[in-house]
Amino acid sequence: MNDTTEKKNRPMRPDPIPRIDSNFFWDACKRGEFVVQKCEPCNKLWHPPRALCPVCHSSEKTEAKLSGKGTVMSWCRQVRPASFLFAESPWVILVELDEGVRMVSNLEGEDAPEFGMRVTVDFAETSGGKAVPVFRALETGEAG
Amino acid sequence: MVAESQRACIVGIGQTEFSKASGRSEQQLAAEAVVAACQDAGLSPHDIDGFTTFAIDKSDEIDLMRSVGARDINYTTRLPQGGAASVATLVHAKNAVESGMCDYFIIWRAMNERSQYRFGQPSVSLSPDAHSSTFMEWCFPFGAQTPAAWEALSCGHYMNTYGVTSEDLGQISVTFRKAAATNPNAFFYGKPITLADHQDSRWIVEPWFRLLDCCQESDGGCAILITTRERAKNLKQKPVPIFGAEYSMLFNHEIISDFYEGDLLHNDLAIRATEKLVNACGIAPKDTKVAMIYDNFTPQVLRQLEGFGYCGLGEAKDYVADGNLELGGATPLSPNGGLIGEAYIHGINNITEGVRQMRGTAANQIKDAETAFIGSGVAGAIIGKAE
Repeated sequence: MNDTTEKKNRPMRPDPIPRIDSNFFWDACKRGEFVVQKCEPCNKLWHPPRALCPVCHSSEKTEAKLSGKGTVMSWCRQVRPASFLFAESPWVILVELDEGVRMVSNLEGEDAPEFGMRVTVDFAETSGGKAVPVFRALETGEAG
Repeated sequence: MVAESQRACIVGIGQTEFSKASGRSEQQLAAEAVVAACQDAGLSPHDIDGFTTFAIDKSDEIDLMRSVGARDINYTTRLPQGGAASVATLVHAKNAVESGMCDYFIIWRAMNERSQYRFGQPSVSLSPDAHSSTFMEWCFPFGAQTPAAWEALSCGHYMNTYGVTSEDLGQISVTFRKAAATNPNAFFYGKPITLADHQDSRWIVEPWFRLLDCCQESDGGCAILITTRERAKNLKQKPVPIFGAEYSMLFNHEIISDFYEGDLLHNDLAIRATEKLVNACGIAPKDTKVAMIYDNFTPQVLRQLEGFGYCGLGEAKDYVADGNLELGGATPLSPNGGLIGEAYIHGINNITEGVRQMRGTAANQIKDAETAFIGSGVAGAIIGKAE
């Protein structure tokens, strides 16, 4: 594979923006794990991540593994301007995960998004070799 | 309860022209608008002793003082939340003068959001550090990178649930542009649109926003001067009293990326601001004769009509279709043409229009309006007829 091919094959997606309180999330994606911030003393899940648990104020934050299953609550596609640093504007979805937290992501695959669509997590590589969670439609009959 | 002599009143408004290429710095636009507001009131800018604007403004208090010659500032504050804070500036202005902290308080906004940068497009200069909201950090890597995209995500569930169509949204744009067409200060003066024009305009965010659902990127500046009713006696203009000004910030709610809390149907922030407003002054937004409602994107008007109590949940599209927002309707909407028709000075030009309505000097003057409502998503104010 020459340099040009390699460059062409590099995924066109911006890297996640690193921040101290949220790096755990992106690091887990890179390992292929889908997690969310969990407050250890009170077991509550929080997304987007935050400095302290807003209920009990503990800083004892751990990661809870998520099922990766959720429901599309809203969706859109940025047309003008097209999504910056993407080959093509993706379908953007707001997903309510079965565990109750909400997250912005993308729907990948052949299907167009629909309200109430059941989705399951996958991971997409970014241009700098990081990873972000994306979703695809759950097939009829597929668990979830 | 503040003594009536100490009630906060708007005594000066100033603005530059609204354009797509001002040809001068944002700092100059700010200074010109502030001086114009002081001249309107008959006050020397040297006597200003309080300032506020809100996030995403590149002009600065110290720099503004250097240009307008303000000698001695007692209080300045910078609100979060972008344009949603535009009406919240009145809360701070009111408190600043009614508490005695400031004698002459200035609200300002000035931006070259079209010629110097593109306000509606992805900007790497926006901080990812969760300032106000998490839209950069948690939306950018997924290709939702513009205010229109964030707004579409937060309103999509509402529009789907209540069957709001693109034509419903188009009717709102038509209303704004009709008003702007007869306002000489409006960028779209003399340029009304039809529903067909709206339907023919290109997609900005599929399947929700066409070009004509979006406010315009504008260059320009506005300023507003507030003092007490007592001090207003020595100034040129009849004072416009601020009967109430309130804002809400609720747990886990963000601003434009407000999709992590609530059912995404009820406009929780506007509902809370309305409760506080009614408690504070006994006047509800729907009791007023003119409604200046923040229109960054058309669905935001629907959700605020409901949140501010003009109609029930899911009823806003019918409230619009029934003609209530027309200049001759029950609650005329933004007779200046709003941010979509006049200019997007980030909401502050809706306050200056509210003041003109109360002075009786607006281009599209609403007759017999004793009070006006000004709302910006999380904040609302009731102002009264010039005394």
